[in-house]
Amino acid sequence: MTAVLEASRLGKRYRRTWALRDCSLAIPEGRVVALVGPNGAGKTTLLHLAVGLLAPTAGEVRIFGAPPADRAEVLARVGFLAQDKPLYQGFTVAEMLRYGAQLNPGWDQALAGRWLERFQLPPARRVGHLSGGQRTQLALVLALAKRPRLLLLDEPMADLDPLVRHDLTRLLMETVAAEGLTVVFSSHVVAELATVCDYLVLLAVGRVQLAGDTEALLAGHKLLVGPRRDPPTAGPHQIVEASHTQRQTTLLVRAAGPVHDPAWAVHEVGLEQLVLAYMRHPDATVLPRPALAAVPHDTKREVSA
Amino acid sequence: MIEFYLDRGSGVATYLQLVHQVKQALRLGLLRPGDQLPTAREVVAQLGINPNTVLKAYRELEREGLVAPRPGQGTFVQQSLASPSLAGTDRLQRALAGWVHDARAAGLTGEDMAALFDRAVRDAEEGVA
Repeated sequence: MTAVLEASRLGKRYRRTWALRDCSLAIPEGRVVALVGPNGAGKTTLLHLAVGLLAPTAGEVRIFGAPPADRAEVLARVGFLAQDKPLYQGFTVAEMLRYGAQLNPGWDQALAGRWLERFQLPPARRVGHLSGGQRTQLALVLALAKRPRLLLLDEPMADLDPLVRHDLTRLLMETVAAEGLTVVFSSHVVAELATVCDYLVLLAVGRVQLAGDTEALLAGHKLLVGPRRDPPTAGPHQIVEASHTQRQTTLLVRAAGPVHDPAWAVHEVGLEQLVLAYMRHPDATVLPRPALAAVPHDTKREVSA
Repeated sequence: MIEFYLDRGSGVATYLQLVHQVKQALRLGLLRPGDQLPTAREVVAQLGINPNTVLKAYRELEREGLVAPRPGQGTFVQQSLASPSLAGTDRLQRALAGWVHDARAAGLTGEDMAALFDRAVRDAEEGVA
């Protein structure tokens, strides 16, 4: 599988603070990626570096195999929805679309029109008079009418009511099913992405803590509940998080195989539970096997998750 | 055609929910051999879930021989679950009724029994004797 977005030892420093440091990852094509992490973990910085709005302080980032700042045709295949949804307040919805058509060679006006209709966005309404949810919808229409192969969405759902949120998710997933594009959602709310994403990237204070296929990650972790065992031991299984009551011990482990010890009741782990456990323990990491930095940059490479 | 629903709070993996719903419809006769399942795109447009989840569910059903894809057309029901061999289930049902009787005599509640049953099924699936 080809990586559509890859970073190797990528870093960005603002004055003395590293917003992103030593960040290496490879996002395979056709995935729906949840880019999660606490506020300030570097999600927005990573996305801005990916589309060339920021220049890296260290390392490099590549989109479709090329640095974003180098080639306009690379960026033509990328849709980006920034958190603040930058739109011209004085433009009408229709003018905003004409503007998009002027700037983007691959613009699909028919598609933009269909989406406006589905969202019931009035073409003559000025952007400044739209609701927050409508502005997000318009920004998404603009991003999608480029017919991107990679769509980067920075906290797209933050200011939307649940109904609009569900609507947007349905339309996005339908587009993914029809076009096979890669989508990266950043969010600090994991629950809303659990049924949507199939690939997870967890950032913790500027670096990648957890990355990989969601189901593989979930299948590889178990929740063990049994009689108190302090200090906790779980045989070959790596303990991510342990908690105890007077009589009981609960462990979230990265399982090395089936759990045979009859003392434990074994439970499946949910995505939110997994992410929260890792967030509470920033020292624990799970990363895909191949070390990107070790591979020469000029060769096209296979990336396994 | 059936319509899927999603229980987001259940903790059951989404693809398994889809698999269970198809099987349930097969058992109840709501789906019969030759019937078409909704396309991945239709399911996704309705539920707003990842398309790969739907494909995974259909692959699982295909692996069990219940459905089969027809290129360019969609996924179709291959086999019904409506009438499994009655003799076989009768015998199992009787054995289970006997077990439940013994368990109740030993003072177990319905929940106790369910926990034991779940555990036995899980152990069998994981190959633990």
